[in-house]
Amino acid sequence: MAAVITVRAPFALMRRLVSLRLHKRCCSKVQSACLVYHPHSYSLIAGQQQRFFRTSYVAARPVMPFKLSDIGEGIMEVTVKEWYVKEGDKVSQFDSICEVQSDKASVTITSRYDGIIRKLYYDVDSIALVGTPLVDIETDDGQVEGPQEDVVETPAMSHEEHTHQEIKGLKTQATPAVRRLAMENTIKLSEIVGTGKDGRILKEDILNFIAKQTGAILPPSPFQEICPPPPASVAPSTPAAKPREKTTPSVPTPVIPKPVFTGKDRTEPIKGFQKAMVRIMSAALKIPHFGYKDEVDLSQLVRLRSELKGLAESRGVKLSYMPFFIKAASLSLLHFPILNSSLDENCTNITYKAAHNIGLAMDTNQGLLVPNVKNVQMLSVFELAVELNRLQTLGTSGQLGTVDLTGGTFTLSNIGSIGGTYAKPVILPPEVAIGALGKIQVLPRFNHKDEVVKAHIMNVSWSADHRIIDGATMCRFSNMWRSYLENPATMVLDLK
Amino acid sequence: MILRLSNRACVLSGSARLKSTLSTCFDEMGKAGIILKSASTGIFENLALEDWIHDHVDLQNRSILLLWRNSPVVVIGRHQNPWQECNLPMLRRLGIPLARRRSGGGTVFHDFGNINMTFFTSKKKYDRHRNLKVVTSALKALKPDLDVTATDRFDILLNGHYKISGTAAKLGRTSAYHHCTLLCSVDRSVLSSVLKSNTSEVIRSNATPSVPSPVKNLSDVDPTLDSDTIMEAIASQYNNEFGFDSQVITVDPAHEALMPGIHKMSKDIQMWEWIYGKTPKFSVCASLVVDDVNVKLDMDIKSGIVEQCAVEIPEDWLPPETVNEFTSTLNGSKYCPNEAAVLLAAFVRTRSMSAGVAGKIQRLCEGVLSVM
Repeated sequence: MAAVITVRAPFALMRRLVSLRLHKRCCSKVQSACLVYHPHSYSLIAGQQQRFFRTSYVAARPVMPFKLSDIGEGIMEVTVKEWYVKEGDKVSQFDSICEVQSDKASVTITSRYDGIIRKLYYDVDSIALVGTPLVDIETDDGQVEGPQEDVVETPAMSHEEHTHQEIKGLKTQATPAVRRLAMENTIKLSEIVGTGKDGRILKEDILNFIAKQTGAILPPSPFQEICPPPPASVAPSTPAAKPREKTTPSVPTPVIPKPVFTGKDRTEPIKGFQKAMVRIMSAALKIPHFGYKDEVDLSQLVRLRSELKGLAESRGVKLSYMPFFIKAASLSLLHFPILNSSLDENCTNITYKAAHNIGLAMDTNQGLLVPNVKNVQMLSVFELAVELNRLQTLGTSGQLGTVDLTGGTFTLSNIGSIGGTYAKPVILPPEVAIGALGKIQVLPRFNHKDEVVKAHIMNVSWSADHRIIDGATMCRFSNMWRSYLENPATMVLDLK
Repeated sequence: MILRLSNRACVLSGSARLKSTLSTCFDEMGKAGIILKSASTGIFENLALEDWIHDHVDLQNRSILLLWRNSPVVVIGRHQNPWQECNLPMLRRLGIPLARRRSGGGTVFHDFGNINMTFFTSKKKYDRHRNLKVVTSALKALKPDLDVTATDRFDILLNGHYKISGTAAKLGRTSAYHHCTLLCSVDRSVLSSVLKSNTSEVIRSNATPSVPSPVKNLSDVDPTLDSDTIMEAIASQYNNEFGFDSQVITVDPAHEALMPGIHKMSKDIQMWEWIYGKTPKFSVCASLVVDDVNVKLDMDIKSGIVEQCAVEIPEDWLPPETVNEFTSTLNGSKYCPNEAAVLLAAFVRTRSMSAGVAGKIQRLCEGVLSVM
C-alpha cells in the first residue's frame, strides 16, 4: 500500500489539470510504472510480484483510491455532508458512500467496487475537490480492471442500466453475497422481483421468496400416498398377497430439502416511551398489589348516554362512557380518600391528596401515555368530556406536555375499548390504586322478578397498595362506584 | 395498460397487465420527453414519487417533467436543521406537517397556491438554467410584460426584487433531478410566520442555512395567473424548449402495482429518524427563566438524539443530585418534546420528592421543552 501512495504523489498536480479521459490513460500508465520507478520497494516485495496489482507485502488485496467524479456544471468543489460508511465497513458495488452538497444540489456518491473501506479522506463539513480521492477501498481480487474513477457515463454503462430494468432480462442485478445466498438455496435470480435500487435484488427479496416456498412444503405423509404402488403386483386381486405387499416397505422415504430459516435475532436498545415504561413499572414492583374484581350492570347508563349523546354533539363534544366512570370514581373517592393518597418512600407518612387528578391510560402508536384530568371533583360530566377530547387529540398528535402527564393521583384504564374482560393492572407510583375496565358485553341476567333480561355488563378490575389499603376498603369503594353507575340518577344527588 | 383520454390529460392505470410498471409504460410509449402531473396532494407521496422515478426510470434517453402541488407543509432541505429553519411549535399547533426532501437547498412552505416542478434528466443533460428558462418563458408567454428573471443562484425574481421561485437538485449515479417552486397564490402570512424560527438564536450548527428573501405571489401582479393556467403554460413551453410532444399524464403515487416499492419509500420519509434524525450535529445553548430563577441549558444533539445535557441551576433552588438525575433522564433521548415529556414524567413519578420540588421540576421541564 505504501508503494501505491508514493507513486501517486508526483502526479498530484497533473491530476488536477488533465481531463477525465486523459486521466484514465495516465493512471494505467502509473500502475505499470510502479514496477519500474521505485526499485527499493520492488526489492522488498521481490518474491511477490506474481499479480500485477499486489504492491503491498502486508495486505494481500489491492487498495483502490475512489475519486470524486465530475458533478457537472463546471463544479470543482463540494462540501461533504454525511458519511454513510466508516473505516472497516464492507461495501458492495452501488452502495451509497456519502452525501455531498454543492450550490443547492445534493449528490449521492455510490461505490464502484465491492470491498472494505480503508480510509476516509474528508471530515463532515469539509470541502472536497473534484478529482481527488474520497475513500480508499480494499477490493476483492479480480475486480480492478478498468479505470479507478467512477466514470459518469459510458455507452456500456447505459446499456447495463437498460437491461437491469427488465426483471426477466438477460442480466439481473445483485451483489455477490446475494447471489451466493440464492445459489445455496437453489433459487433462480430471474424468478425474483428485486425491490432495491434499479430493480436490484436484495437479500430481503431472497428471504421473502424462501418464506413463501417453505409455506408450500407439505408434511411427509402425503408423499407416501402419492407414491406409485410397489412393482411386484402382477396379481393384485389375491387378498392374501395384498397384506403382505403392504407390510413390506418397498417405498423409499422421500427426501425433502430442508427449508432454510435465515431469520436472525435482533437486539435494540430500549429508549423513548419504552424506557419510561420500564422505569415506572420497575418502581411499581415495590408496591404489594392486591386485586379485586367485580361486575357492573350498565344497562341504565347505556340508556342515559344514548339520550345525552346528541345533546353533547350539538355542543361539539363526543360523549363516551369514560366521563361517567371518572365522575363516579371521583364521587366515591370523596368517601374513601385513602385511595387518592400517596405513601412516602420510607412508608412513614401517608399524604391524602386534595385534588382528584384522575389519569387515563392512553394507547398511542408510540406506546403507553397516561395523561390526567385535573380536579375532577370540580368538573361536571360535560366538562370532563371536553377535557377528555382535548387530551385525546393531543395524545394522538404527540403534543402532550409535562403538565398533563404529571400530578396524577388515581388512574383508570379503559382496556375494554380494545378488548378483554378482567385484567390485573399495575399501580403507577406514587399512586396507590388503579382500575381497569373491560369491554361492555350484552349478557342475560336475572332481574328482581326472576325474569331473564338483557343486561349490559362490564367487568372492573381494581388493584390497590396493600400496605395502606385493605380489601374491605377497596370493596366498599367499588360497591359505591358501582351503585352510581348502575343507578345514574343517584349521581345527580351528589354532583357538585 | 388502459389510457383514458380526456382533453389534454391521460390517466395511466396498470391494472390490466401484471408486472407492468410505470417504467415499462414509458418504454412502450417510446417518447423522448414525458410530462406528468401528480394526482396526490400529499407531500410524502409526492416526494416518494420523485424518488421512485429517479431510481427506477431509465433517464438516459428520456427526460421527464413532473408537476405537483401539496396541501400546506413545510419542506426542509437534506442537510438542514428544522429547529433553525421554522417555528416547530406553531407547525404542531396548526397541524402543518414537516418534511425533509432528498435534494439540497433551503426551506420552503407549500400550499395549494404553490406549483412544484421537477425536471428529470440524465446527468449529462442536467442543466438548471435551461429548465428555469422554460418557466420564465412560459410566464412571459402568458403575460408578455411580466418582469421575471432567473438569477445565478437559480432563483426566479419578480420585478427584480421579489423571489417567486427557489431551486434544489439531487444527483445520483446516472441521473439527476432539478426541482423548483413557484409562488402563484400562496398564503403569505402563514408562510412568513411558520418560516421564522422561535429558537434560532439558541442553536449553533453547521447545517445549510436558508437565505430569507422577500416574496410575492404571481397572482398579486395579475389575478388571472392561477396555478392551473400556469401549469398548462409550463407544460407546453417544456415541449417547445426541448422539442417534445407530450400530453400531460396524471399519475397516482398511491398506485403500488404501477410503482412497486413506492409505498415503503413514502413511509420511510415519514419516520422521525429521517425528518428530524438526519439533522447534522448541533448544540443548544439557552438561558431560561423559571420561577424568576436564571437557568442555563446546554445540550449537544447528534442524529436528533441528545448526547449531552447540562443544566446550570442555583443550588438553593434545586438540589444538585435531583438536577443531575433530571439531565441524565434526557441523555440518550430524542430531541423531541413529546418523548422528553414522557421521560420526565416517568422521572417525576419514580423519584420521591416533596410537592414543592415536584412543582419546580415540572416548571423546569416546561422551560426545557419550550426550546424543542
